[in-house]
Amino acid sequence: MLRGDLEGPDLEEYVEERLLTTTLENALNWGRANALFPMTFGLACCAIEMMSMVTSRYDIARFGAEAFRASPRQADMMILSGRVSVKMAPVVRRVYDQMLEPKWVIAMGACSSSGGMFANYAVVQGADKFMPVDIHVPGCPPRPEALLHGFNKLQRLVRGKPDLGWRQRYNAAGTEEWARFEEGRPTSEAIERAAQAVRESTDA
Amino acid sequence: MADELLRDEADLTERGVSREAEDPSSPLVDVAEAAERELGGPGLEPEQEVLTINMGPHHPATHGVLRLIVTLQGERVLEVKPVMGYLHTGIEKSCEDKSYWKVIPFVERMDYLSYFFQMEAFCGCVERLVELEIPPRAQYLRVLHMELNRIHSHLVWLGTSALDLGAISMFWYCFRERDQILDLFEMSSGQRMHTRYFQVGGVFEDIPVGFEQKVRDFCDVMPSRIDQYEALLDRNEIFLHRTRDVGIVSRERLLDLGVTGPLLRAAGEPWDLRKSPGYLCYEDFDFKIPVGTVGDGYDRYRVRLQEMRESVRIVEQALDGMPEGPWISDDRKYVLPPRDELSTSMEALIHHFKLVTEGYRVPPGELYYSIESPRGELGCFVLADGSSKPARVHFRDPSFVNLQAFRDMSVGGLLADLIQNLAMLDPIIGGVDR
Amino acid sequence: MPDAPGLELIAQGIEKGRPGTVIETSVERDRATLIVQPEGVLHALGWLRDTPDQSYRFLSSLHAADYLPATPRFAVHYEVLCRERMERIHVKALLADPAGMPGSGAEDTPIDGEAGPLPELDSCVALYPTAEFQEREAYDFFGIVFRGHPDLRRILMPEDYVGWPQRRDFPIGGEPVLFTHNEIEAPRWFE
Repeated sequence: MLRGDLEGPDLEEYVEERLLTTTLENALNWGRANALFPMTFGLACCAIEMMSMVTSRYDIARFGAEAFRASPRQADMMILSGRVSVKMAPVVRRVYDQMLEPKWVIAMGACSSSGGMFANYAVVQGADKFMPVDIHVPGCPPRPEALLHGFNKLQRLVRGKPDLGWRQRYNAAGTEEWARFEEGRPTSEAIERAAQAVRESTDA
Repeated sequence: MADELLRDEADLTERGVSREAEDPSSPLVDVAEAAERELGGPGLEPEQEVLTINMGPHHPATHGVLRLIVTLQGERVLEVKPVMGYLHTGIEKSCEDKSYWKVIPFVERMDYLSYFFQMEAFCGCVERLVELEIPPRAQYLRVLHMELNRIHSHLVWLGTSALDLGAISMFWYCFRERDQILDLFEMSSGQRMHTRYFQVGGVFEDIPVGFEQKVRDFCDVMPSRIDQYEALLDRNEIFLHRTRDVGIVSRERLLDLGVTGPLLRAAGEPWDLRKSPGYLCYEDFDFKIPVGTVGDGYDRYRVRLQEMRESVRIVEQALDGMPEGPWISDDRKYVLPPRDELSTSMEALIHHFKLVTEGYRVPPGELYYSIESPRGELGCFVLADGSSKPARVHFRDPSFVNLQAFRDMSVGGLLADLIQNLAMLDPIIGGVDR
Repeated sequence: MPDAPGLELIAQGIEKGRPGTVIETSVERDRATLIVQPEGVLHALGWLRDTPDQSYRFLSSLHAADYLPATPRFAVHYEVLCRERMERIHVKALLADPAGMPGSGAEDTPIDGEAGPLPELDSCVALYPTAEFQEREAYDFFGIVFRGHPDLRRILMPEDYVGWPQRRDFPIGGEPVLFTHNEIEAPRWFE
């Protein structure tokens, strides 16, 4: 179509038909949900099924999450694939803390959701004992299709309600990575100040 | 970040390799030497800074959650200490709390790439403790599934190891065939991984109609696929430079360290438990044991590839010679009665009730039973105290023992070779930590 | 594996160098077992390894087991293998628990405490280098101290862990997980 083909009300109507209006937040969430960067983080059996989710048969690239990042700084989704032992739990938590916000976690399989069959001295009985988990995928190990389904659920969640308010639910105000630092060093005053800020923002 | 560091070192290795190429007067050599002098590469004065870096437990190239504490002088590895236990699951302790038939799903989850082998080690051990003979068809079915599992395990190893060395396309091709094998497992047992197909006394169920044809189709296509892998890797200059003459440990030292499996065979020792003491019905099959000559990373790769070919041959022979008959023993003390008997026979009902509620009792005794897993000698030690629960289940896992050779492979080499050594060692951390 | 007379000959050979080492021999379920004194285990293993016509030079597995309530309580099992003749011998060293012995004053030691004295055994790393990780594992799970081990630390459990988790009197641990089928047992759990 060339300039001058349409004039006046015809042009108005044409433009109205072709415009999409949305809020900036919605557009942002749509982008986030369709370009999640999972982290390369394999723990146990489920990690093999997580790897096969990337391969050509299951192909997570259809949903825009094929770029696995090795560094937590570049990832915004963590798939806990396997059992978390008491020795590993601090490491997992630390890696999670290093991820930039917003960030999401899928607990894949029975072990990381509830401890699974390993109810013993060595395994943490469910990863949500020490970190927030958004989606639990059942199975031992879950099929890649099941994990894809969980991933789709997560996408829907990201699109709909990005901030789940988990800091409030878990009483974790002040644990933001930026909050703990003052001139490059963590201080208790800085933590308290950040916690206060979060509390005020939620009260208002 | 350690991974960024590694990428730099990969570049350096290539430079180091090209330095050794041939022509001493080429300008490339001067560039490489200058870069080494600046960055701290091989061939420097000894009075240098010694650097200790921590790799893992979350590191993309450690095949799981292994942690390595590496002491470096420039580019050379002075000392490497593996720290494991990040996946310790307490499986051996959990087994003591379960009756014998409930232990099987637990032991499967140790070495999560060779689950059929763990089942065979445990079931075979208990069968020897209770002196139960398993029917020939069950033996053939077990061999069939174990050899398919061996191919599966080596495929995952090949895909991830080649990925570590930078050949990402191998990953897609290997996982394509792996999914075919998992389809077969799903057809025979209903699960992709952790099938719980073996039972004490035989296997859980007969193979379904059409399974044989699907396995034959797979066996037809698999050797040509292995040819494709070879075509991709064997003439790949980077792959050859990174694997050849790297990580050599002498045969005697490997034996002292208790290393078994493809690592030992690559060093030239034809040691395979399938041949020498023989278990199940392996003496019925005609297969060869591939051995290497030098024992470097390339030999380890070749030996494993050749083992996949031999496994395909065993699978074909197992299909050809599959005897008819029952697939599980009919000893009602240890084996569940078939479903149809339950409505006609009171005795069968009692046995069923007894087996499901309490489980069978195993007479007191202890036994160590070992088989050849894809990574070496997999031993299972069961201590029975006469009750329906084992008093101790211990697994001698090949990954755990083989990991001791990692220090010998890596010390004195370059840091980039450390990744290659680990990839060719093929430890499964679930098996190491149990 | 050697048959019963062969095993007797082996036992006699070991006895010759150090009388009183072999406590018992047995052949059952196709498996030859030598039960040896804990003090003589290095002598027995060294004899099996270095005698020319024995040459059990490959240690395929070393593991410990807890025989509670029997005494002596612990045992360390060595599975040695002669690769030329494909013969396996199972050497077993029985170890008493010093913490539970009458008169040691430690009968009331709490089960997860490290306070009580630990059973000790000579390390065979010098004979079989492969035993290094496996002895560390036995120490980690059963609290058996291997004298002369180059680096005896915990291997699989965290370094600051207290207790010997695979002893039989150690509780298995774990905790109930809340599912829909048992949520009535924890009323108003969501608050």
